[in-house]
Amino acid sequence: MIGSVVESKGGAMDLHEYQAAELLARYGIPINRGILARTPEEARAAAEQLGSRVVVKAQVHAGGRGKAGGIRLADDPIQAEAVAQQILGINIRGRTVRKVLVAPAVAFEREYYLGVVLDRDARRIAVMGSSAGGVDIEEVAREHPEAIVREYADPCLGLQDFQARRLAFRLGIEPELVRGFATLARQLYQAYVDCDASLAEINPLVLTRDRTWLALDTKVVLDDNGLFRHPDLAELRDPEEEDPLEREARLAGISFVRLNGTVGCIVNGAGLSMATMDAIQLYGGEPANFLDIGGGASAQRVAAALRLVVADPNVRAILVNIFGGITRGDVVAQGLLEALRQVEVRVPMVIRLVGTRQEEGRQLLEEAGLTVVDTMEEAAQRAVLAAQNQ
Amino acid sequence: MAILVDDSTRLLVQGITGREGSFHTQQMLEYGTNVVAGVTPGAGGREVHGVPVFNTVAEAVAATQPNASFVAVPAPFAPDAILEAAEAGIPLVVCITEGIPVLETLRVYHGVRERGVRLIGPNCPGLISPGKAKVGIMPGFIHTPGPVGIVSRSGTLTYEVVWALTRAGIGQSTAVGIGGDPVIGTSFIEVLELFQNDPETRAIVLIGEIGGADEEAAAEFIRQHVTKPVVGFIAGRTAPPGRRMGHAGAIISGGRGTAAEKIAALEAVGVPVAERPAQVAELVRRVLEDI
Repeated sequence: MIGSVVESKGGAMDLHEYQAAELLARYGIPINRGILARTPEEARAAAEQLGSRVVVKAQVHAGGRGKAGGIRLADDPIQAEAVAQQILGINIRGRTVRKVLVAPAVAFEREYYLGVVLDRDARRIAVMGSSAGGVDIEEVAREHPEAIVREYADPCLGLQDFQARRLAFRLGIEPELVRGFATLARQLYQAYVDCDASLAEINPLVLTRDRTWLALDTKVVLDDNGLFRHPDLAELRDPEEEDPLEREARLAGISFVRLNGTVGCIVNGAGLSMATMDAIQLYGGEPANFLDIGGGASAQRVAAALRLVVADPNVRAILVNIFGGITRGDVVAQGLLEALRQVEVRVPMVIRLVGTRQEEGRQLLEEAGLTVVDTMEEAAQRAVLAAQNQ
Repeated sequence: MAILVDDSTRLLVQGITGREGSFHTQQMLEYGTNVVAGVTPGAGGREVHGVPVFNTVAEAVAATQPNASFVAVPAPFAPDAILEAAEAGIPLVVCITEGIPVLETLRVYHGVRERGVRLIGPNCPGLISPGKAKVGIMPGFIHTPGPVGIVSRSGTLTYEVVWALTRAGIGQSTAVGIGGDPVIGTSFIEVLELFQNDPETRAIVLIGEIGGADEEAAAEFIRQHVTKPVVGFIAGRTAPPGRRMGHAGAIISGGRGTAAEKIAALEAVGVPVAERPAQVAELVRRVLEDI
């Protein structure tokens, strides 16, 4: 809640499959290793090097790659090149595919799901397994919750071997394969804990025709708040995958999520930001973004926030909602005016400001010709109206 | 009465020599909170706003007998500070720090529970019993003493609701910000129970947001154990799924944790849910009149 003890804003950082695979391989997890390619030619060379049938997989931070045509088989290097040509550049859920992973196509007997996640309600780390591997696990959880088995790691002792074995037995894995599975589960758990992950999963984890375990696809999401103690992992962030505005916001220490509406929002506090978005919708508008400038509302931060909001061409009006609290209203007002000297705003702006000495603050803003209102409701109504009239 | 903090609170501030620690110590002193000691390792012997500083919590406890601690220590060191307070036997620890890795908070959560210590936060504004004590970073002037207990996952949104109540002439017994992280020391349920047992609290306001299922658990608890009227507000009706909305815990994942689900759960147990923060005051006025 306070600015200076904050380094990041509690987000999550996705890794690409190839990055996750590399990371998990360090923990001994058997990975179906592939080769990264950025061009069709590189994909062809990769397939030649692998010397087998290959699967070409889009490396992009979006789910549903398979359904979107981002995962395809190729019988030979020439076909791999053609397939990569088809995949590179396509758009999957708003993300452009810029890289593919070329990996050996593997024949297998069965596929499983194995994942480690924080169970918020249980306040424990949960290791989950399912014999319905290879499909969207959230869908399995919704439609066949009984198909997922869980073990909760002890917060002090971690995941024990007997728990990992129990997971395997409950999945119906044959006794001679249980030890290998249990080892894998503990390796995945260890990777999760060591890396401050918020998700580590293998899907599918397959039993190959020669009865060995192999991770065909892996996914790791890291807790942004843990990155300060993992500089090596922080470097894995892919700037190509970030929305340019969201990237700029992150570097400025501002929480920002781009949405599709026309009313730009600048608010202090996450809960108040959401409530402001909701109020905009309540009065018939649509928010263009979530934006929490954090504590203090200094000129520098407000200016950075204004730059982000005006950079969105959909924005027709801006709503600034600052509950200054301890921060003096006149100081916030001066900050806003200073920010407006730095950033050109061509759309109407409605300001709502509360704090100690709010009257002085309002006076400063009104003297500068800005619209200042008393309540959040009034501010939202006015901003919606202004956006509609633009 | 009020809950958790009042006239008898003797406060320790961990990280008192830091910018935030020093500033908020001054603010809390001005509000009338009895700040008895501060801790910053290596700064023992100094004074901050007249408050003596110690090197360790154990020393501060021996010399000044605090019964609550306010932790304003940067994220890399905050878990250690919380455990130091718990180990020294301080029964209430309030941590405002944002950005603690969730697996660290998980470790600390179980550590303080084992020691019978109540942790509020992290990533919270703290708590205030108006007119009695402020252990947090909220602006004191927006509050006024009265019969309404408030429990919230948010900071400024809580101020918004408190301000609406105060302007409507409705005072507060205690306002508790429990924090916006996925794992927090004290949940809605525990605070609801305290308010239910507090004779001064006549009505309760619960302010939730998207993510997790704590609001749903709170609804079930209200159904079974809370006889006082409760009014709700849930932020994030317009939040898209899969995106974190500022708070690490505010995310709709796998289709779960939506505002609609939480509102439905609360309404199903007879809790009216306001559409906008100011409406909370109107709903509270109504339930107080009905008592």
